[in-house]
Amino acid sequence: MVLGTYKEVVTARSTDKAIQKIAQDGGIVSALFCYALEEKLIDGAVVAGPGKDFWKPEPMVAQTADEILAAAGTKYTFSPNVLMLKKAVRQYGLEKVGTVAIPCQTMGIRKMQSYPFGVRFLADKIALLTGIFCMENFPFASLQTFISEKMGVSPELVEKMDIGKGKFWVYTADDVLSIPLKETHGYEQSGCKVCLDYVAELSDVATGSVGSPDGWSTVFTRTDAGETIFKAAVEAGVIETKAVDTGKFGLEMLTKLATQKKEKAMKEIDRRKDMGLPVPFKASSEKEDPLANV
Amino acid sequence: MLARIKQFLGIGAKPKEVPKEEVEKVAEEKAKPRIGYVHLSGCTGDIMSLSENYDILAELLTNMVDIVYGQTLADVWEMPEMDLVLVEGSVCLQDEHSVKELKEAREKAGLVVAFGSCAATGCFTRYSRGGQQARPDHESFVPIADLVKVDCAIPGCPPSPEIIAKTVVAVINGDMDYLQPMIDLAGYTEACGCDLQYKVVNQALCIGCGTCAMACQTRALTMTDGRPELTSARCVKCGICYVQCPRSWWPADRINQDLGL
Repeated sequence: MVLGTYKEVVTARSTDKAIQKIAQDGGIVSALFCYALEEKLIDGAVVAGPGKDFWKPEPMVAQTADEILAAAGTKYTFSPNVLMLKKAVRQYGLEKVGTVAIPCQTMGIRKMQSYPFGVRFLADKIALLTGIFCMENFPFASLQTFISEKMGVSPELVEKMDIGKGKFWVYTADDVLSIPLKETHGYEQSGCKVCLDYVAELSDVATGSVGSPDGWSTVFTRTDAGETIFKAAVEAGVIETKAVDTGKFGLEMLTKLATQKKEKAMKEIDRRKDMGLPVPFKASSEKEDPLANV
Repeated sequence: MLARIKQFLGIGAKPKEVPKEEVEKVAEEKAKPRIGYVHLSGCTGDIMSLSENYDILAELLTNMVDIVYGQTLADVWEMPEMDLVLVEGSVCLQDEHSVKELKEAREKAGLVVAFGSCAATGCFTRYSRGGQQARPDHESFVPIADLVKVDCAIPGCPPSPEIIAKTVVAVINGDMDYLQPMIDLAGYTEACGCDLQYKVVNQALCIGCGTCAMACQTRALTMTDGRPELTSARCVKCGICYVQCPRSWWPADRINQDLGL
């Protein structure tokens, strides 16, 4: 199952106009955290907040809706959110922590929860893990290359970045620029090339743009905790849903991309293992389902 | 090794038909696992972490195990036969008593567990160069696996109360799958924060998630441009950063099971 185990998949968006305006797609992560804060289901969330440099995010503990919204939107470079979880509990004294994580970060958090060798009193305080779909991540210098060199734009003019329809997009106040995704190849980090998870298979709730129309997000509820919070948010009217498109631009597209990522990664895992390099995942010959995240 | 653990847990034996009364009789008679505790060169932090499991401790000590040996835990001089011995602390090569006690523990215990990073990797004691009072000659501290065969390791400085509780539950339930990583970690004796560079970044595996920096128990790690940066003066060589890294080993099945996926 290339989309991971899930209870339900829907197309959804925040009903809050302010969130819709600044969010990447449907504003699901922002809406969920704002709702969870409001209802005291979490008392803070670790998010990728604005950093000192433009578009270089810093992990941050958000405890108000304003702080959540200040971190809205996708950043296409590293924000080591997992690192902030301990601070959220130790320094901010949070008991119920939410966080947003790409698949590899989700894996770090889940491994810590199952095997908390050196991590005290944190595993049971993760109340909501929102995962986002991720094909690959870029070092900051790669983003600079795309924006400054390939598009000729100064990074501080950039208001939004996006990946979709085979292109890397940059929005400024009065321009929309793009380069073909092909031109970003070779600039992604190497660690991504053995990653078998596109749709945050181990999150409580996973979301991303692929599979839904512009301004909406595809949402998977995976765990009991994730299902409970998402359903409550829908019932409270902060998120609206509609049936997911199962066709060519819906689940079919999502399945295709997830399969592509996994097949490519599996090939790379096998290649590295043949060279005698360490990879924590099984070779394709060692597992029943060659596309499973094991 | 696996067979020995299974034997200790009383699993894997051929199931055979036995009358109910006999089962009850056996259950009554079946001795509780005999646990020993050997304290070598460590700070006692590991057993303190164990004792933070207040909720299960009384039940554990009263009904589930017998503590048969341990400096402050049992009033005995002679080391008895034990099913399992927890060893805390590294072993000092110049201290003949430590060496003797460790060797004796290996002989008398079915299973030897390196409990905490000092026993598992040497941890902080790796920095010792001798020359301190009261024994300036006590210079060389090594993980216990350098001298005896170790069956499994629970690294951590200290190991968290949760991992200790989870391990105890796994042992009592005979959950070998859960224990497998600890059996594998018995071989990880030379640990350092720089393992992240050698074994993860250099191997094209790092994804900049920050788990290592979160796990570091001495704040020796920060993240710079999406990669771990080590302040080596703060590193105690406990190995936790590498052990927690999602790219060092990946317990997929256990995680899915824990999440109900």
